[in-house]
Parts: sequence; structure tokens; C-alpha cells
Amino acid sequence: MTKLKTQSLHKRNSELAQSNKQLEILSNGIFGNGELPTFAEKIKETGQFPMKPKKLEILQINLGYMCNQTCDHCHVDAGPDRKEIMTVETMKQCLEVIKNTGAHTVDLTGGAPEMNPNFRWFVEEASKAGIKDFIVRSNLTIIRANKKYYDLPQFFKKHNVHVVSSMPHWTRGKTDKQRGEGVFDMSIKALQELNAIGYGMPDSDLRLDLVYNPSGAFLPTNQENMKKDFKKALLEDFGIHFHDLFAITNLPIARFLDFLIASENYEEYMYQLVEAYNPAAVKSVMCTNTISISWDGWLYDCDFNQMLELKVDSEVKHISEYNEDVLNDRNIIISQHCYGCTAGAGSSCQGSVAE
Amino acid sequence: MADYYNPKDLRKFGNITEWSEELGEKFFDYYGKVFEEGKLTAREKSLIALAVAHTEQCPYCIDAYTKDALQRGVTKEEMMEAIHAGAAIKSGATLVHGVMMMNKVNKLDG
Repeated sequence: MTKLKTQSLHKRNSELAQSNKQLEILSNGIFGNGELPTFAEKIKETGQFPMKPKKLEILQINLGYMCNQTCDHCHVDAGPDRKEIMTVETMKQCLEVIKNTGAHTVDLTGGAPEMNPNFRWFVEEASKAGIKDFIVRSNLTIIRANKKYYDLPQFFKKHNVHVVSSMPHWTRGKTDKQRGEGVFDMSIKALQELNAIGYGMPDSDLRLDLVYNPSGAFLPTNQENMKKDFKKALLEDFGIHFHDLFAITNLPIARFLDFLIASENYEEYMYQLVEAYNPAAVKSVMCTNTISISWDGWLYDCDFNQMLELKVDSEVKHISEYNEDVLNDRNIIISQHCYGCTAGAGSSCQGSVAE
Repeated sequence: MADYYNPKDLRKFGNITEWSEELGEKFFDYYGKVFEEGKLTAREKSLIALAVAHTEQCPYCIDAYTKDALQRGVTKEEMMEAIHAGAAIKSGATLVHGVMMMNKVNKLDG
């Protein structure tokens, strides 16, 4: 069993559960008084404002904010107390889009997407559309959370799902501190089960990638070095294999913003992000090739804008009226949280984006 | 001067180049090169830097290399071991001079 870390900001009635409050914090203080440049000012320096999308490659679909974990830094503010779940009706609208999209990747996320009662039906239907890369972001512990999920590895294999899982560190202490007591042991067990049926093995086509995000108010280091350290430690200590590791920067929103403010790290963290700004990363950040779809069918430039309730700046705002050509002509909505995706080698749901 | 050490001054480290451009730039080029991956990994060098930061008792360096170690996935147990390695050399360097004292006593007082 795992032990929950905390409750969601929503459950706690925290004012940071409100997206407008988060945006207010990100626009005032050190950015409001000119101490640091806003993201718009920064990208104007290199003529990259307004940001426009390139060719759509990824449809990222959030099946709901419900999760079996309440990790410290969750940008979704997910947890067992969140009841927002995608309905079958919205799923059907997503399926229509998947059948006709030019995107090569479908990326299912949450919460724990597996907790949506219609998750399996949706995966079965979506996998018929011949998508090149079909990702499920699985938190690993869900596989061991309840008997009804025990066969998830087999289900993933049957539908050739690409599994992407969070793993904040190769040690128990650091992992459990961020994700809850018992999470490390359960994650290791889940990874071993996935390995046992071929996932993540060196010559296997069954893709298993890990996502690393820092456990505190600091940025991730070089993704390749981190991958080497993860591979060595997980293989030596537990005999575990995986394919790739994506290093993701924590964006200053939701529970991570709450942590930054409560621990008095907010200003220093924003300084780090601004100092690490890399104009080359702007060209490849995920909002340039992704559309994020929320549990209730609204469309966003990315998962982070979804959590800040910043809907796309387009005539088409909902999956029910989806039109890829119209959508691709939009300007991308930005705020100071975007510095998180342009720091250093850049950050996206697929890891670093720049050399 | 209200404070000798101000954490925000660490951000201004690069400014030392303003008053001696050539030397400042040569220093930062050297500094950057030292911490690149080499025969030692950047992670190993970061731990050495953390230990030396403590033996030098440099608050800026402790601030910078604690964060650097965290970024590289170093655990707090590894960091403390590195500091002990530095502390052991520091105390050993003191104690080894005890031989000098012993030599002197033996010479003067048989």
C-alpha cells in the first residue's frame, strides 16, 4: 500500500486552486515591478513573439484529474478527491478527431488515466485508428493499486501502448518524499512486471520510458547524464530496464507553485528559470506541436495552460468544433510559467527539446 | 555594508569581469572547462566542489554546489559523505602537525 502525501489544493480550498490567482502571482511581484522580464518581453528580444504553432504532431488527451496519488509537485493538482473525469460522449468526439488528425502521436494523461471507467474501451477504439505512437502516461503504482488493474501491463501490450511513467529518483527516500510512502517499492514492482512481458527491454519494441522531474526547487540537469545514472542504478539494484528518460522541469503552477511560495523559494526559482532561458528552446517547445484536450473537451496549447484554464486563442475552442487548419493558425498563449519550458535544454512531455 | 554576505550577490559573480575583463573571462573559461565531463564525471566533480566549498567555508560555494548536487540527483547521504571526506582531510591536516610537535618535544625534552 502507498500512503497519500497530501490533499489536492481544491480539497483544501486553497486560493491557489484558482487559476486566476496563480496567474496573478505569476504576473505581479518580480515580474510586475520590472525586476525580471516577462516571458513576452524575453521572446520579443529574439523576434519570437507572438509564438505560432508548427505542424501538429501530438494530441494530448487528459482523461481526468482523478489519481491514486497526490504527489507534492503535481501541476494538475490531481488526487483521489478530484472527480473531473472525461465522459464517453467527449471520448467519442476525441475518437473522431483521432481518426482524422494529421498528428502522429496520441498521448493519454491524467490524473491516472487508467482510473477513468471507460479507459480500456477508449484505448481499444483509439488504437484502431492506426496512430504511430500511442502513449499512456501511467504512474506505475496504479498497476498494483487494486486487483482490477493487475492486468494493465498485458492490456498495454495487447494494444501496443507506449508506456511513459514518472520516476523521480532511483532511491526510495527521494521518491517517497515526493510521491508518498511506499510509492518507490510499488513502482519498482510495476516496472519489473512490465519488463517481464517485454516492456523496456533492450531490443523490445514495447516502449517503456521514464519521466524524471526534480524533487525540489531546482532545475533538472543534463538529460543524458541523468539517464545514465538511472539506468545504472535501476539495473544494478533491481534488474530493471527501460528505454529513454525524459527530464522535465517543474513549472511554477498548482502544487509546485504552492510549495515554492510556502518554502520561500519562489523568487529564487523564477530567477533560475529566467537565467537559464534558452531562446533556441522556444522554437521546439511542446505548444508548437501539441494540442492539449481537457477532460471536458476544451482545447489548450499545452497541459500547463489547461491547468491555468487558458483556452486556445482560436475560433475553435472545443473538441466538438475541432478543425486542425483553423487551430493551427492561432497565437500561442503565454505567461511567466512558460519560462519552465525554455530553461536550459528546454522541457516538454517528451523531455529536453534543444541541444 | 549591512552584511558581508548577501545570497543575492551570488547572481552577480559574473560582474567581476567588468573591472578586469581579460582576467575575468579567462577565469570563467577555465572554471567552465574544469566542471565539464572529463576523466571524472561532472557529478564527481560537483561532489569534490561541495566538499571543498565546506573546507573553504564559502557560503556562496555551499549554496551553489548544494543546488548543483541536487540537480545531478546526488542524495543527501552522498553529500554528507563528501563533506566528511573534506572534513577528514582538514582535521588530518591539523593532526599530522602533531608529529612536528612530538619531534620538537623529543628533541628538547628527550
